[in-house]
Amino acid sequence: MAADVSLLQIFMDGVFIKNFLIIQFLGLCSFVGVTKDTKSAAGMSGAVIFVMTLAATVSFLIYNFVLVPLKLEFLDLISFIVVIAALVQLVEFVVRKNVPSLYRSLGIFLPLITTNCAVLGVVLLNVLNEYSFIQSVVFGVSAGIGYALVMLMMSGIRERTTLVNVPSSMRGLPHAFLIATMLSMAFVNYFGVIAL
Amino acid sequence: MSLTTLVIQAMATLGGLGLVIGIMLIAASRLFKVETNPLVEEVVEILPGANCGACGYAGCADFAEKVVAEDAPLDGCPVGGFETTKEIGVIIGQEVSESEKEYPYVRCGGGIRCVDRFDYVGIEDCTAVIMLSDGEKGCNYGCMGRGTCVRACPFGAIFIDENRLPSVNKNLCTSCGLCLAACPNDILMFAKDSEQVHVQCNSHDKGKIVKAVCEVGCIGCKICEKNCPEDAIKVTNFLAEVDQDKCTACGICVEKCPQKCIEMR
Repeated sequence: MAADVSLLQIFMDGVFIKNFLIIQFLGLCSFVGVTKDTKSAAGMSGAVIFVMTLAATVSFLIYNFVLVPLKLEFLDLISFIVVIAALVQLVEFVVRKNVPSLYRSLGIFLPLITTNCAVLGVVLLNVLNEYSFIQSVVFGVSAGIGYALVMLMMSGIRERTTLVNVPSSMRGLPHAFLIATMLSMAFVNYFGVIAL
Repeated sequence: MSLTTLVIQAMATLGGLGLVIGIMLIAASRLFKVETNPLVEEVVEILPGANCGACGYAGCADFAEKVVAEDAPLDGCPVGGFETTKEIGVIIGQEVSESEKEYPYVRCGGGIRCVDRFDYVGIEDCTAVIMLSDGEKGCNYGCMGRGTCVRACPFGAIFIDENRLPSVNKNLCTSCGLCLAACPNDILMFAKDSEQVHVQCNSHDKGKIVKAVCEVGCIGCKICEKNCPEDAIKVTNFLAEVDQDKCTACGICVEKCPQKCIEMR
């Protein structure tokens, strides 16, 4: 069914229409946790784009060349968790050895991504939509870009609001949730605008 | 396919997957092993762990790495002070001698004694105030008392006192210097306790302008300069400055200053 969906449609889906953070509400832990300043939000976003792309690639291979031939499709969830966790660990090893500066800036975020449900969401949606290999990878990249977009918007707004005098009962997390609500409402508009 | 074969197949697949991935990870961890100096861990242990960046490196771990590699000075951590320096010396095997601790000194005595040009209502932050036509104060060099330094301090060592000027609690202060960096007017500077005489003003305006807006600002009259027996105080650009190496804290300048802006601690 998914073969006729254009790559541009999938890309727009990932970035805007099915934005993982504020339309599908996946990976919210990092959304409120790491958006206090733009620098760490950018670091986290970079790591997520990287891992999402890799996870989409590898899990497609695992699903189609291991699980489908064995008729064990129902094991997709658990095997994807294992694959993603191992993948992140592997990436961490490689980055620490070869790019120590990147490792230090991503340091805390890489292990965090292991349990980020947005990454698992990309992989499971790929299976659900029966995407081809190219489509899966494009969806992975675009979901990462959409994640980065919203993280940077959110952190930019939150950085600015630190100067604003907010009533004490609303300071911090409640305030962040209100910002998230408005961001989400803005993104809902894309449902009608982008018709490809 | 019966249920048992299905279960066995599922277990075998997942087990096999786990085994393959596990072996790959073991191989990867061997292949990409990074040698770390055990001394770094030890130094990290004794550092304060505030990750304030006052040493000029990205956090305590980075500083520890640099110290062990002898790229950073042993007394590079101002927060830990002499105690930490000594302990680092023990770990690395170097003798260290004590240097005196420095605290932020507020180079402004204005506060409520400096006139306001208008009533400021808005974001309570010095940087925000200064954006509005150079701030509400008549003096463009003085303290605005909106507590940007207070919020910059991770140790709660600065507070705004009743004169609307920042005050430093030396028991809590760790000399990290974050407040110095935060102040938009550069009013704070580091001073040792043994340096007793300080000019409590930062204004480079001419005497007439200073006198019009502030009761205690330096007007650059040079009375202190002429009266100093040690030649330790100099007026440059309408502001007196004390040369702490020459100053003997005799107190003559403090007495003679017509504006009472030189302070003896």
